[in-house]
Amino acid sequence: MATKTVLEGVRDALYNEMVRDERVFIMGEDVGPRGNVFRITDGFLDKFGRQRVLDTPLAEASIVGVAIGAAMAGMRPVAEIQFADFIYPAFNQVVGEAAKIRYRSAGGNTCPLVIRTPYGGGVRGALSHSVSVEALFYHAPGLKIVVPSTPADAQGLLTSAIRDEDPVMVLEHKKTYRLVKGEVPDGDFTVPIGKAAVAREGKDLCVITYGLMRHLAVEAAEALAKDGIDAEVLDLRSIRPMDKEAILASATKTRRVLVLHEDQKFGGVGAEIAAIIAEDALFELDAPVKRLCGPDVPAMGYAKEYEEAFMPNVERITAAMRELAAA
Amino acid sequence: MKSEPRIRAALPDGLTAEKLREMYAKMVLTRLCDDRAFALNRQGKIPFAATCQGHEAVQAGAAFALRAGTDWLVPYYRDTCMALCFGVTAREQLMCLFARKNDIFSSGRQFPNHYSVPDRHILSISSIIAAHVTHGVGMALAFKMRNEPAVVLISFGEGATSEGEWHEAMNFAAIHRVPCVFLCENNEYAISVPQRLQMAIQNVADRAAAYGMPGVICDGTDPVVTYSAVREAIERARRGDGPSLIEGKCYRAMSHTSDDNQLTYRTPEEIEAVKARDPIPKFEAWLQDRGFADEAFFAQTRKDAAKEVDEATDYAEAQAPPTEADLHTHVYKSGPLS
Repeated sequence: MATKTVLEGVRDALYNEMVRDERVFIMGEDVGPRGNVFRITDGFLDKFGRQRVLDTPLAEASIVGVAIGAAMAGMRPVAEIQFADFIYPAFNQVVGEAAKIRYRSAGGNTCPLVIRTPYGGGVRGALSHSVSVEALFYHAPGLKIVVPSTPADAQGLLTSAIRDEDPVMVLEHKKTYRLVKGEVPDGDFTVPIGKAAVAREGKDLCVITYGLMRHLAVEAAEALAKDGIDAEVLDLRSIRPMDKEAILASATKTRRVLVLHEDQKFGGVGAEIAAIIAEDALFELDAPVKRLCGPDVPAMGYAKEYEEAFMPNVERITAAMRELAAA
Repeated sequence: MKSEPRIRAALPDGLTAEKLREMYAKMVLTRLCDDRAFALNRQGKIPFAATCQGHEAVQAGAAFALRAGTDWLVPYYRDTCMALCFGVTAREQLMCLFARKNDIFSSGRQFPNHYSVPDRHILSISSIIAAHVTHGVGMALAFKMRNEPAVVLISFGEGATSEGEWHEAMNFAAIHRVPCVFLCENNEYAISVPQRLQMAIQNVADRAAAYGMPGVICDGTDPVVTYSAVREAIERARRGDGPSLIEGKCYRAMSHTSDDNQLTYRTPEEIEAVKARDPIPKFEAWLQDRGFADEAFFAQTRKDAAKEVDEATDYAEAQAPPTEADLHTHVYKSGPLS
């Protein structure tokens, strides 16, 4: 086991897969000499060369579109969208093309593509460097979406994504890149796509979450433990496929559920989680499902005050958990 | 051939009399498949048809310029003749028209003419205009990375060149000198919108200059002229000298699709006038003048094609449609979502 940051987990997954499989290559904005704006691919150009560490023109639709074509032709492209906020011009390529290629050709063509992109707020990124995009994409069957929150998951899920036969979007919370450190297994390993992880076991209530919020939820749960409230934290890790079994297991075990995400509430991933529980475990509950999410305003503002008001924090999470425990 | 040639001229590289007759036969087969699709639609037997009448020459000329078994087609939904030249059969064409379970392109999922035939080097496309152009570039990038000799032909109409992604694809291909050829089948209309409302220039080929690649105009109603233009671009790409844009000027002889009515935006005079540009009789005269074929050959070719299309229709009509269970296949490699 080695201690790494999330960023190092991402880097090691990319590096190891490029060494392991010649078909793997990276394409995106500033991935070459600059080594990506977060320095994730620092040194890759020297090691793998220009062809496999490809600086693209500043045009997101073609970053994804060209990567799709290469994937259909047998390569394993890792397309990078510099910030998730920039992915909108590529929306059709992701949802209209990549997600449908296997289906529309009845298996004749496939699209083993990875789209990596940093998302999320809390870094003073203002309107166009703070967004969470998962709810816009998780409505598209044919696409997989993973949201790692720990260094081990970042490395293991990205490795799985690169080896997957279908398109996978990897959403990396940019605030976790250097903030979150953790133990990562040595050698070659993967984390399965579609499997949630219990980040903290508990019996009184559960918080179902993903991404940066997993860490805040665990912190809140530890604080509540001192008051005798024993909370479980379930980290989804994959948004699609979503681990229904794990959701229902935590819901039925704890009988009280707080759904937590940074993305806006209305129509967000939490709505689906709540619906899964309502359909299959409603009568197992002792209290209605509660949601703590980003507010339904168009974006996170630049001023510190806007950002703090937008992002769920440990205090708000703790308060919501207390309320739920008492309900 | 019995008739004496009136004109003697050298054929372009790679073309033989046999190939010219084969090209002609594919154009005729395409026309009959197209006519059959619209007839079946009028009979209420198939829900939809999209024509390629007027495009047969540009498509046959381009497809024959490629190296069979090596090069790839990334076509658009009007490229029936190209697909037939690349080995798609009349039976396979009719299977997609009838949306049968065993339609090899999509198992009855896609609109007609959305080919996906990996074993014959035709890539899957959607109906979204110009979305496939970057895919063709990506495929060519893959060939370049692997040092393979293949070239990709990417086709589209003039309307597609208004899409931002078309420009992104041209730019990317030129920067990275990927082995592809962009073929614009300029038929003067995007459904109802004429070229003058699509762009302020006369020639789509002029756009190539902005990306640093050659732009070539050819008569898209002449398969031999198109062949020469595309062949040169293909070989240039194969040498590693980068992409080209070819504009084949043709026209659309019918409404956009079976759901369109061209009389709402074209005059009867205009519709009548374009018939004079029909590439098939034009090619017949060309072949005859040079002694490559005669009336008897044309008649036999039409007869053979008609028989093939009749048989294909009967076959496809009798095949099973998809079932409800087929709805759930090919979502992911691992199967449907739970």
